[in-house]
Amino acid sequence: MSTTVLDVRDLKKTYRDTEAVRGISFSVNRNEIVGLLGPNGAGKTTTINMILGVLEPTAGTISVDGFDVRKERSLALDRTNFAAVYAQLPGNLTVSQNLKVFGLLYGATRLNERIPELLREFDLEKFAHTKTGVLSSGEQTRVLLAKAMLNSPHLLLLDEPTASLDPSTARAVREKIRAYTAESESGVLWTSHNMHEVADVCDRVLFLSHGSILIEGDPRTLPQEHGKANLEELFITVAREPLSLEL
Amino acid sequence: MTKSFTRMYAVFLRQVYLYRETPIRFFQMFVWVLIDLVLWGFISKYFSQSAVSPSGIVTILLSAIILWGFLNRVYQGLIMFFLEDSWSRNFLNMFATPLKLYEYVAGFVVSTIITSAIVFAVVIPLAYVMFGYSLLTLGFSLVPFIIALFIFGVSIGIFSVALVLRFGPVAEWFIWPVAAITGPFVGVFYPISTLPEWMHIISYALPPTYVFEGMRAVIGGGAFSFSNALTGLALAFVYVFISYITLSCVFRIVIRNGQIARFGTEAL
Repeated sequence: MSTTVLDVRDLKKTYRDTEAVRGISFSVNRNEIVGLLGPNGAGKTTTINMILGVLEPTAGTISVDGFDVRKERSLALDRTNFAAVYAQLPGNLTVSQNLKVFGLLYGATRLNERIPELLREFDLEKFAHTKTGVLSSGEQTRVLLAKAMLNSPHLLLLDEPTASLDPSTARAVREKIRAYTAESESGVLWTSHNMHEVADVCDRVLFLSHGSILIEGDPRTLPQEHGKANLEELFITVAREPLSLEL
Repeated sequence: MTKSFTRMYAVFLRQVYLYRETPIRFFQMFVWVLIDLVLWGFISKYFSQSAVSPSGIVTILLSAIILWGFLNRVYQGLIMFFLEDSWSRNFLNMFATPLKLYEYVAGFVVSTIITSAIVFAVVIPLAYVMFGYSLLTLGFSLVPFIIALFIFGVSIGIFSVALVLRFGPVAEWFIWPVAAITGPFVGVFYPISTLPEWMHIISYALPPTYVFEGMRAVIGGGAFSFSNALTGLALAFVYVFISYITLSCVFRIVIRNGQIARFGTEAL
């Protein structure tokens, strides 16, 4: 089995005159958490949407576990899952019903055992028969994370997964994802605006600015390599003065 | 008091903005009135000239209402299942799974078969209990009639799904009357001969025309026309094929332009 779970080559997305993503290449290996960082409008969500197969790239290729997302969409998505705050699950279904429906869509095995396991893991047992729409935003995020783990994905895409969680729950979630990545054959692509979180959880980060990957490296050593005190300072420089960076 | 008026003005202004930005909303203002006007105009014309007995009129009307209701139930059932995903902004979650488009549509069709069968199972005995009328008196002819109406209902449902997917939630404004717009042309309550000549071209291009003409022939004691029933069925299959091709093309467009990922934006 290849060590690479996600391989993105020369990925480009153009909307009329706007180049949202400008020929980026990167990969995510098994047992690795890669942070995709950048200011608003840098192209992070566009990149994630292309990996999820809900947005067609203008050029380039994406493969998950060796399956081309464009040509072998179902096989690639079978091994993928995601959680994003802007993609809440239907509020008029209960938590269990949502997990059942998405479990079937992802072809998850042992669903009758998997759902209670996930409810327990994400502290959702008491909400199993509650309509998802009436849960708090933090609880809904936990439901999304439970959904994202239904098929034990080889590639997990997390778009600001802890944005609406309290610090204690956010830490628990980070620990869960870290443990999952270490124990399974999975890789994670993680976006966040919380640089402390990124430094804590990511093995590697990619800084995206105006649709291009500007810098890439270990979040614990990268700031010093570019003459910055910490990751947050580096982020602000990427967002405001990308040309001033010591590349 | 002034603040109250300001707030009411804010609510009114929001509607002005919506109508100004998407003029298609004006369509909804007129379409139902026009459909009723045309439909009832032709119904009145037919019954004022018809020599059908009062009991015959009741039989024709009840049969027509049940079959027309069935078509509408199929169509509305299918788009309601789809709109659940639209209202809950669920497309990103759905299409980021291994789900294929034909599987998505097939799931709706199966759900529609079940809901339509339930409605039919309730309405037929109800019509018998309340009015002593049984649709089953149409005999074997009921089978091709029901199949043709079901398939046509599915086809306009799929076409409507394509419209909403392509143009965003605002397209809901003009998908609800789609089936009703065909009403005056297909002769639900009157023979096609009641309509002016130019409308016949459209009438004979629509599968329900063959069902309602056939239904009136059977009720009037005439022979059941197999060729008419087959024409209606064949046309219905053509419509469902065209609708699915349209939906497939629209799906490719919304994947290319990213609309599926940010559904909610109005493209009209």
